[in-house]
Amino acid sequence: MKTLRHTLHLTVRQVRNFLRQPWYVVLSLAQPIIYLLLFGALFKKVVEIPGFTTNSYITFLTPGIVVMSAMFAGGWSGMGVIDDLNRGVMDRLLVAPTSRGAIMLGRVTPQVLTILIQTAIIVGLALLVGGRFAGGPAGAAVLIVVSALLSIGVASLSNGVALLLRKEESVIAAVNLMLLPLLFLSSAFLQQNLAPQWIQDFAKYNPANWAITAGRTALMNGASSSGVMKNTLYLVVFAVVCTWLATRAFRSYQRSV
Amino acid sequence: MSENAIRTKELVKTFPKGVRALDGVGFDVAAGSVFGLVGPNGAGKSTTVKILTTLSRPDSGEAEVAGLDVLRRPDAVRRAIGCVAQKSGVDVQATGRENLLLQGRLYGMGGRELERRVDTMLERFGLTEAARRVTRTYSGGMQRKLDVALGLIHRPRVLFLDEPTTGLDPEARADMWTEIERLASEEGLTILLTTHYLEEADRLAARVAIVDQGRIVAQGAPDALKSELHGDAVHLELDAVETNGRVTAALAHIGDVRDVTVEDGRLLHARADNGARAVPVMLQALEAQGVPVVSVTVARPSLDDVYLKYTGRRFEEADRAAEVTR
Repeated sequence: MKTLRHTLHLTVRQVRNFLRQPWYVVLSLAQPIIYLLLFGALFKKVVEIPGFTTNSYITFLTPGIVVMSAMFAGGWSGMGVIDDLNRGVMDRLLVAPTSRGAIMLGRVTPQVLTILIQTAIIVGLALLVGGRFAGGPAGAAVLIVVSALLSIGVASLSNGVALLLRKEESVIAAVNLMLLPLLFLSSAFLQQNLAPQWIQDFAKYNPANWAITAGRTALMNGASSSGVMKNTLYLVVFAVVCTWLATRAFRSYQRSV
Repeated sequence: MSENAIRTKELVKTFPKGVRALDGVGFDVAAGSVFGLVGPNGAGKSTTVKILTTLSRPDSGEAEVAGLDVLRRPDAVRRAIGCVAQKSGVDVQATGRENLLLQGRLYGMGGRELERRVDTMLERFGLTEAARRVTRTYSGGMQRKLDVALGLIHRPRVLFLDEPTTGLDPEARADMWTEIERLASEEGLTILLTTHYLEEADRLAARVAIVDQGRIVAQGAPDALKSELHGDAVHLELDAVETNGRVTAALAHIGDVRDVTVEDGRLLHARADNGARAVPVMLQALEAQGVPVVSVTVARPSLDDVYLKYTGRRFEEADRAAEVTR
């Protein structure tokens, strides 16, 4: 109960501070649009590869871009933690009877709101430039849920890294070192069965790929298609474990101050 | 109630890199009083505060705040205390009012009661006009006042002020002193203040503990500590570095002069019942040994002298040394 209440208050703080930086808001919403259009144009002919089952690359790419944006937004979450650490806000929260879980969740839930808006914009734009999604609104809802779950997990890891290492550089390195490979070793840009076998093997354990597979299947074929449920469950476990790990990182932080 | 609001015993804390921050700190603070932890940078003051406010955990030792064990019941301690950390904890992207509202809500306050409390705090700290401004635009003094207001919003029983005036200009510091004096007169509030300004502790605290290298080297009422020194402090600056002990030898037989120490071979500190009478005799004795003196200072005892007596170093030197090794 306290955790929920504190999460709400900290989410409000986060969203309000975010909205006070209008350029940042515009940029973070515009970025995925640019990716969708650029990658869409660059890889347009990919669908002509024999074995590709979709005939519009924009349709194929849209869920990939949504998940990618969500994942990176989560990855940068630790930067906010570093900022709070540097400004003494984190210590103030920890000395108050603030729920530790809420300190983490309060950073993650605003991202879910961002993902909601981003997804609406990306899918809307994709429809304008010719994408067609048989899964309809229910499919889009699944895409939002799995993106949010992935983002929660990644954000928690990022926040944990921030608490343990307390340097912006370490968060930047972790994001680039971890997230870029996860993205390229997934089916974000290319249909899985066209990728080398080792990538296909790796992708089975790749949370980014779970989200892309579930989100894409739901958006293109419908929310109840096979594989959606299984991958969504994997992501639930991923998000819960990561959030728990990040909350544990507070102990380590408090030992070191 | 004459109970102790803070009790600590044998606190030891070693940082991961092996630096021993606290080496057996123990002191008690009577409820309703102002207690000053005084020491140079790096002495262990902030570490002590972090342990007492549940932010950090000691390796060993005991600590109780408001009758609650900080290790076993951290959440109960958190509700009983207010803390103004050395580093400001203001959220600079939020307004002063928003900062206070969030802080109150974290303590379970809300509704009209919280609104009223926030207004009271804003008014009390002269922030009413700036309340709706983002705090990034506040001056250092204003941010510090907001920090104190944040620490008080939930009416704590014990307030920790970790270096509340460091970095403030003289005017803002005077303001803060007045505010702390006002808080001290409030019924039942216990204040633990850390500072590396000796005059600040002298003015505000009923009792002080002098911390040096993770240990408490002296504690008591400032006046009692000073009167233990019996007499004036005499400081002499020598022209050249003296290491062969002839300086102390020269002064050893002057009846009135005690506690002679030489710092860095050039700064000579001593104590005399009557400084003005002792100085000519001391100068003569040094002259006879061929030790030229550059400057002489005679001062009534201060906490600085107490520090010198217990640590063998002058306070400012220790403070500077700590800055360098940091």
